[in-house]
Amino acid sequence: MSASTLFDKIWDAHVVRELDDGWSLLHIDRHLLHDLSGPPAMVELRKRGLEVHDPDLVFATPDHLVSSAANRTIDSNEFGGAMWSALRDEAERSGIRMFDLGTVGQGIVHVTGPEEGIVLPGLTVICGDSHTCTNGALGALAFGVGTSQSTQALATQVLAQARPRQLRISIDGTLAAHVTAKDVALALIGRFGASAGAGFAIEYAGPVVEAMEMDARLTLCNLTVELGAKFGLVAPDSTTVAWVRGRRFAPAGAEWQRAIDAWAKLVTDPDAVFDRDEVVDATTIGPFVTWGTSPEHAIAIDDVVPDPAGASDTRQRESWQAALDYMGLRAGEPIAGTPVDWVFIGSCANSRLSDLRAAARVVEGRAVASGVSAWVVPGSEVVRRDAEAEGLDAVFRAAGFEWRLPGCSMCVAANGERVPPGARCVSTSNRNFVGRQGPGARTHLASPVTAAAAAIAGRLVDVRCA
Amino acid sequence: MEPVTVITGRALPLDRSDVDTDQIIPSDWLKRVERTGFGAGLFSEWRENSDFVLNQERYDGASVLIAGPNFGTGSSREHAVWALQDYGFAAVISPRFGDIFRNNALKGGLVPVVAPADVVERLLRAVEEDHTVEIVVDVEHRRLAVPSLGIDVEFPLDDFTQYRLLHGLDDIGLTLQHVNDITNYESSRPAWLPAMPSELA
Repeated sequence: MSASTLFDKIWDAHVVRELDDGWSLLHIDRHLLHDLSGPPAMVELRKRGLEVHDPDLVFATPDHLVSSAANRTIDSNEFGGAMWSALRDEAERSGIRMFDLGTVGQGIVHVTGPEEGIVLPGLTVICGDSHTCTNGALGALAFGVGTSQSTQALATQVLAQARPRQLRISIDGTLAAHVTAKDVALALIGRFGASAGAGFAIEYAGPVVEAMEMDARLTLCNLTVELGAKFGLVAPDSTTVAWVRGRRFAPAGAEWQRAIDAWAKLVTDPDAVFDRDEVVDATTIGPFVTWGTSPEHAIAIDDVVPDPAGASDTRQRESWQAALDYMGLRAGEPIAGTPVDWVFIGSCANSRLSDLRAAARVVEGRAVASGVSAWVVPGSEVVRRDAEAEGLDAVFRAAGFEWRLPGCSMCVAANGERVPPGARCVSTSNRNFVGRQGPGARTHLASPVTAAAAAIAGRLVDVRCA
Repeated sequence: MEPVTVITGRALPLDRSDVDTDQIIPSDWLKRVERTGFGAGLFSEWRENSDFVLNQERYDGASVLIAGPNFGTGSSREHAVWALQDYGFAAVISPRFGDIFRNNALKGGLVPVVAPADVVERLLRAVEEDHTVEIVVDVEHRRLAVPSLGIDVEFPLDDFTQYRLLHGLDDIGLTLQHVNDITNYESSRPAWLPAMPSELA
């Protein structure tokens, strides 16, 4: 048999039927629903007179539209309540598990899926959300879909997919202190570009990835879609197995042994060939931030804002100039020192316990700069409880941060929690698109420690010197 | 979904690259469960500027959108497709599309036409100059043609996707033809894989 990649092995194990011209019907093992994309799919299903094929494989939680305020209720924002209750009603009608506010399992779907053991190595996972690629960190084939495919998977538990090309990014070396998975991801996007992964599935490999804890792998895979690819994955290993063990929906007893025996085979064969193979040396990667309005507008914190005159073509030159104008920055100026108004620590990129611990270490015993609004929005109810149990909330509050309730909040601003027009926000999220955090909002993507350091300094700073 | 064979019409030139789905339909517009009425939200932030191309009357009634590279990146919101269709577009031409957007477009019968960058640049300039230029997107022959410019190029479209477009087949209908395969697969699958731990099932 010819050598296979990790991706091929999971794909091949899920083919229900080969269709024409390279398409396959793939079985979908886990389907995550949230309050933004879940209700339209459920309503469409009902309109067509179809039922949910296997409710045990579908999990729902509200995250996008819920308020993150301490006293939140179903009416905390104008439209969120209607979507949230639609999700709950439809889930109840179909017998789908719903993790509601205040309960274990609620949170950003890509935080809670792995956390609850719903997402496991070797599975196929979908969600009506482009950051579903996050879940590939466990060695799963996880990808974002639209409403039509979500509806189809609810009805049939299968999706027609064309096999993508495959890209391996091996990350060599070691990461320096204060340099995180987020910095690696931003460095990759800055180097290869936001469309480099279009049409590809990306396997992350190499010593840096092998040394990463699960939270860091989840962050790395989260930003895969900002590289243009809808799949990102990491081979499961002893770190994965130890992390999954004992989680609520993970296999247990005799099933656990069978599972880990199967997971041990989920590796790319040594002689497997990728359509594209890249090796990156992480030793030289420092803290990264974005300066513009695409995740590929990423530079090292000690670098200067690029000059459109140095762009590769007219289109890029115009795009850089538009980004500079929107962001209110000048070419050639150091990015460090740029004053900030807001800091947001949260999102499916960086809201897990280790992210909050790292940020808290930077913040501890210091105060948020005057004039800066700083929020921490934990990724899930479990993260919130664990963080509070170790006193992280107290550290953030003492420094002047707001400690809020789990959800997507200011990453997508769909719940009305917005950065004001013209204000500059250092955000641990994954998209710095125009208007993403609110009309006119200026976003600088960064790691939790870089964001925390910015909150204290009131400007972008090199966390290694902060 | 309605069958799509040939789209013939005028075009609207959106001379921007990296148009992400947050720009196509901002998240404010997503808080409803219906699939209709999103045309009003199409590029709603940009439309606040009276010079924006969608506000230029001469392009009213255009059925083909021409855009720079990397159209439809970012969020998986299918509302982006619904907004484009609701506004009146039947095809989008770009040198490159976001993977998830391209998938969503094909599910709804909006044709994503991948064309070489130099062809797209020529089209943009031509349509900016003359809004009456007629564009032909021929799904049956996989051709993008602009007779007045002498452009006639093939665009990539695999057989399976083409068949679905030409016959207006949606995936649910197609998939339901394979119910037996699904049942067989599910019955032979390792128990630990899709099943829930027994005490929770």
